[in-house]
Amino acid sequence: MKQLPKQITRFIAGDAQADRIVPPTGYTAELTIFAAAVMAFLAIFSLALSSSMGRLADRWSDELAQSLTVRISAPAEQMDAQTSAALNVLNTTPGIASARAFTDEEQQALLAPWFGANVQIDALPIPRLIEVIEDDGSLDINGLRLRLQAEAPGAQVDDHARWRGPLVASANRLRLVGWMAILLIALTTAAIITLAANAALAANRQVIFVLRQVGARDAYIAMAFVRRFTLRALTGSAIGTALAVIFMIVLPSGAAGNGLLTDFGFTGGGWLLAVLLPFFVAGVAFSATNAAARRMLRSLT
Amino acid sequence: MIELENVAYSYGGGELLSNVSLSIQPGSFHFLTGPSGSGKTTFLKMLYGELIATAGHVRLGGIDTRSMSRDQIALTRRSIGMVPQDTQFLDHLRLVENISLPLLVSGRDTGSAQTNLDDLLRWVGLTNHANAYPPELSGGERQRAALARAVIMSPSVILADEPTGNVDWEMSQRLLTLLVELNRLGKTILIATHDLTLIRAAKAQVQARVLRIAERRLHLAGADL
Repeated sequence: MKQLPKQITRFIAGDAQADRIVPPTGYTAELTIFAAAVMAFLAIFSLALSSSMGRLADRWSDELAQSLTVRISAPAEQMDAQTSAALNVLNTTPGIASARAFTDEEQQALLAPWFGANVQIDALPIPRLIEVIEDDGSLDINGLRLRLQAEAPGAQVDDHARWRGPLVASANRLRLVGWMAILLIALTTAAIITLAANAALAANRQVIFVLRQVGARDAYIAMAFVRRFTLRALTGSAIGTALAVIFMIVLPSGAAGNGLLTDFGFTGGGWLLAVLLPFFVAGVAFSATNAAARRMLRSLT
Repeated sequence: MIELENVAYSYGGGELLSNVSLSIQPGSFHFLTGPSGSGKTTFLKMLYGELIATAGHVRLGGIDTRSMSRDQIALTRRSIGMVPQDTQFLDHLRLVENISLPLLVSGRDTGSAQTNLDDLLRWVGLTNHANAYPPELSGGERQRAALARAVIMSPSVILADEPTGNVDWEMSQRLLTLLVELNRLGKTILIATHDLTLIRAAKAQVQARVLRIAERRLHLAGADL
C-alpha cells in the first residue's frame, strides 16, 4: 500500500523510450480525448444536479419540518376574536418559538398571482393565516389541535406533512437520477475506451508480436497501451471538467429566490467532486484498457 | 540445454512432426534442414516457446514449455536469441531502437548499454544505418539487424530460421561468419536452412551437426553433406 503513490507517480511520469514502442494512432487519440471530455462535461452537470437536489431536499425537509400554519376560517365578525384566541393558545404552547398572524398586505401578496395585485381582500371570504415556528421539536401537534378546537373552533392546523413528503421525495428522486446518470456516463466512458483500446490493439498486432518475440511480458505490453489510454482519458476529462465548471459559473442564475437554477452547482466540499472527476475517469480508462489488453493478449497465441 | 523427448506437433488435424527426440548441448552448432513445409519453422518455434508441442516434452533449461506460464516463456526468450525467417521490426522506431528493444522490454538501461550497442552495430556492419528506419533497409541489412537484436541480451542460444533465405551469396557468407563467431564465443547455434552450400561452408569452419526433417521425423543427415 505504501508503494501505491510511488507506483502512480511512476505510471504518470512513464518512460519516454517505452512510450514509443506503440506507434502514435492519430485521430483515434483525438477521439478518445474528445469522448472523455464530453463525458466529463456531462458528468459534472449530473454531479451538480445531484448535489443541488440533495441540498434542496434537505432544505425543504428542514425548513418545512420546523414550521406549521394555522388557518382560521370563521365568520367575519368572529375572525379577529378567533385569531386572537388562537394566537394566545399558540404563544402559551410549549415547543413553539413564535406565532404570527399574516397581515392583510401579506395575504394580499399571497393571492396576487391568482387574483392580481389590486384584489380587495376585505371583499373575499378568505381565512386568516398564522405562521408558527417550532423551537425544539417537542411540540405536541395533537394536543395543540385539541386546545385550538376548544378556544378557536375555526382554527385548523396544517403541519405541511401532506405535501412536504412528496416534495422531498421528488427532490431525492432527482438526486438519484443524477447519480444514475453518473453511473451510466462511467459505463459509457468505459465502453468507448474499451472499443478504442481494442481497435488500437488490433491495429498493433505486429507490434505485439515483435514485443513478445524479444521477451516482453504481457504485463509490459498491456501497460504500454493502458498508460496511453489512461493519460488520454485524464487529459480529455480534465478539459471537459474545466469547460463544465466555467459553463456552470457563467450560467444565468435565473430568478432570485428558491428556484432550481439559483442553487444549481457545487458548494463547499462539493467542488472536490469536480476536482476528483478527471482522476475517476482516468481510473475507469485504466481498468477498461487493462481488461481489454489482457483479454486481447490472452487470445493471441 | 535444450531437450526434446518424443515430441509431436499436430496442426489442422494432421501431424507435422512425430516422435522427435533430440538433445542440444551448450556450445554446439546445429543445422536443421529439410524440404519446404517439412516443419523446420515449427520445430524452431517449439524451441522458442511460440508453439507448444502437442505431445512429448520440450525442455528449455530443464523446464517443460507446456508447464511454463506466459511470463516464464517471456523470460526464457530473453536467453534465446531468435532470427526469424520473416524479420519483423517496429517500423516507427529507428534501427538502433529496434536492436535495443530486448533491453528496453527487460527493464535494462539502454543508455549504459550504448557502448555494446555501438560495438554490435559495427560487428554487423550497420553503423551507418543506426538511425535508419526498418523499411529503408535491404533484405541483408534486415537479417543482420535481426541478428544484432537477437544477440544484444547475450543469450546462450541463438536460433536462426532461413537467415540467408533472402540475401545473396556474399551476404549469406557474411551472416554465417557472424554466427560462427558467436559459436566460438560459446553460444549454441541452431540454423534452419535448405541452403546446402551454406551448410558445407559452415562445416569447413566449425564442427556442425546436421539434422534433417523428413516424413515428420528428425534424422541425423548423412556424410554427403
